[in-house]
Amino acid sequence: MKINWFKYASPTAFYPVAGRLVPVFGVAALALMLFALYWGFFETPERLGGTNPQKEYYRIIFIHVPAAWMSMWLYLVLAAWSAVGLVFNTRLSFMMANAVAPTGAIFTFLALWTGAFWGRPSWGTYWDWDPRLTSELILFFLYIGFMALHSAIDDNRRADQAAALLAIVGLVMLPIIYWSINCPDPNNCAALHQRSSVTDIESNILTAMLVMTLGFWLYSFAAAFARLRNIILLREQDSAWVRKMVDEAGAGPSSSPPPGAGAADGLDAGGHRASRGVSV
Amino acid sequence: MQGLIDFLSQGGYAFYVWSAFGMTFALLVAEVVVLRRSRRTILQRVGRLARLRTQNVPPGEPS
Amino acid sequence: MLNVFWCILQRDLTLALRRRTDVLTTLFFFVIVVSLFPLGVGSERELLRMLGPGVVWVAALLASMLALERLFAADYDDGTLEQLLLAGQPLSLLVLAKILAHWLLTGLPLVVVAPLMAMQYSLEATAIWVMMAALALGTPVLSLLGAIGAALTLGLRGGGILLSLLILPLYIPVLVYGAGAVSVSVIEIADTQPYFALLGAFLLGGLVLAPPAAAAALRISME
Repeated sequence: MKINWFKYASPTAFYPVAGRLVPVFGVAALALMLFALYWGFFETPERLGGTNPQKEYYRIIFIHVPAAWMSMWLYLVLAAWSAVGLVFNTRLSFMMANAVAPTGAIFTFLALWTGAFWGRPSWGTYWDWDPRLTSELILFFLYIGFMALHSAIDDNRRADQAAALLAIVGLVMLPIIYWSINCPDPNNCAALHQRSSVTDIESNILTAMLVMTLGFWLYSFAAAFARLRNIILLREQDSAWVRKMVDEAGAGPSSSPPPGAGAADGLDAGGHRASRGVSV
Repeated sequence: MQGLIDFLSQGGYAFYVWSAFGMTFALLVAEVVVLRRSRRTILQRVGRLARLRTQNVPPGEPS
Repeated sequence: MLNVFWCILQRDLTLALRRRTDVLTTLFFFVIVVSLFPLGVGSERELLRMLGPGVVWVAALLASMLALERLFAADYDDGTLEQLLLAGQPLSLLVLAKILAHWLLTGLPLVVVAPLMAMQYSLEATAIWVMMAALALGTPVLSLLGAIGAALTLGLRGGGILLSLLILPLYIPVLVYGAGAVSVSVIEIADTQPYFALLGAFLLGGLVLAPPAAAAALRISME
């Protein structure tokens, strides 16, 4: 069977698809996360092995590492969709980038937060200017900048393109920023921080961590698709298919008729005006 | 019962472990709630606009 | 093509010199920020010597960022920018000319007054020279990167604050190596070479990549 993928590049066509995918990814994510929690709390040793054994608090690893991975991965996804949008000028790609950004910011914040609560018992401090922490903080700023720029521009088209360009500039700068933080003294750069090796970790710990990563990943899909649907609805609210869909659904629960003056105002101004004030 | 207390105390590191897991839980749940609510708000508004259109615009005239 | 470049450069410089307060405001902002730090952290000589490079660099970042808002704003308001977009000349080149003019008016004065600021922090003569050289290499990079942000936030409400949010994280590499060079020069002057190599690399990379990016951002904002 041959599927015409470009058919789904239009928001109208993708809206119902996303609607079907959200519960699938959501339920799968929930199942995986619950499994990872169970495995992480009950099937793992009480200590993280190695030369410097860590006690129960190491269990933060089950959310810290997956959150950090997701924060970086989602920025890549965001920049990739931005690039696709700028090159092919497809509206859905920009919407996708916008749908991913808040989830990415949340995971970035979680990586910092959980890192702080892991750092306190193991390093004796909530915050340290460690290269990885600092880079994660900068990544958080980049997410915030992307969302701030997009929401500051009223015109959807300009907002999409401007934020996309910013995302790509950020992607180009990220390795340089990371490198400059990692190696502030170019005269002796080697071995500034300990190298983490996934393969050395005890297999039950690794299982819980990887399953949780998968769970977070599927969760990101579900959240991004749900947000994508909101964005599509908000932007296409004047189009025939949205109206038809709403009519069929019974026009929603609200029944109080708004005053006539405000109504005419809202009608004339169309989508741009009406779309202000609702965050997605 | 003792098992539950042991589990909750996490070897004396309850504060760190549950602060980290609690924030993760709270934020993910909050995101889902916010997404659902904004979806409802948007649908309500679209429905209201649609009704207004049918009231104000005579049938047959393109809006 | 170079004619256009010189033309824009001359025009921007002439316009700015007719309104000298803009240039002086940036400069005095820099001076004031640097002078406030000893009042806040205490005036011990050793402490100041340690903080000096970082403080001067952070103040330079802030000063050059404050000035960025005006990079395209006046031309945007009076419609000149629209004409430039339609001019049929490579927009990157025009943008580069504007960035160069902007740097000559806001970056270069910082380099010139930096020795005075360094003396406030009792830095040695070699460190002062290194600081001037580092600022001379680094501030153009700030203007180049900032131009992208200025183009993206063109004509927005609260554009200045937004601009800082977008651009300051991107300034980190310049800050790290610019301040690092000065700190290292206190210990061993020969060690500063890789710092300057990196700053030079940023400048070359910025010269190649930033003008097209800023031009693309301008086209997005002017559509």
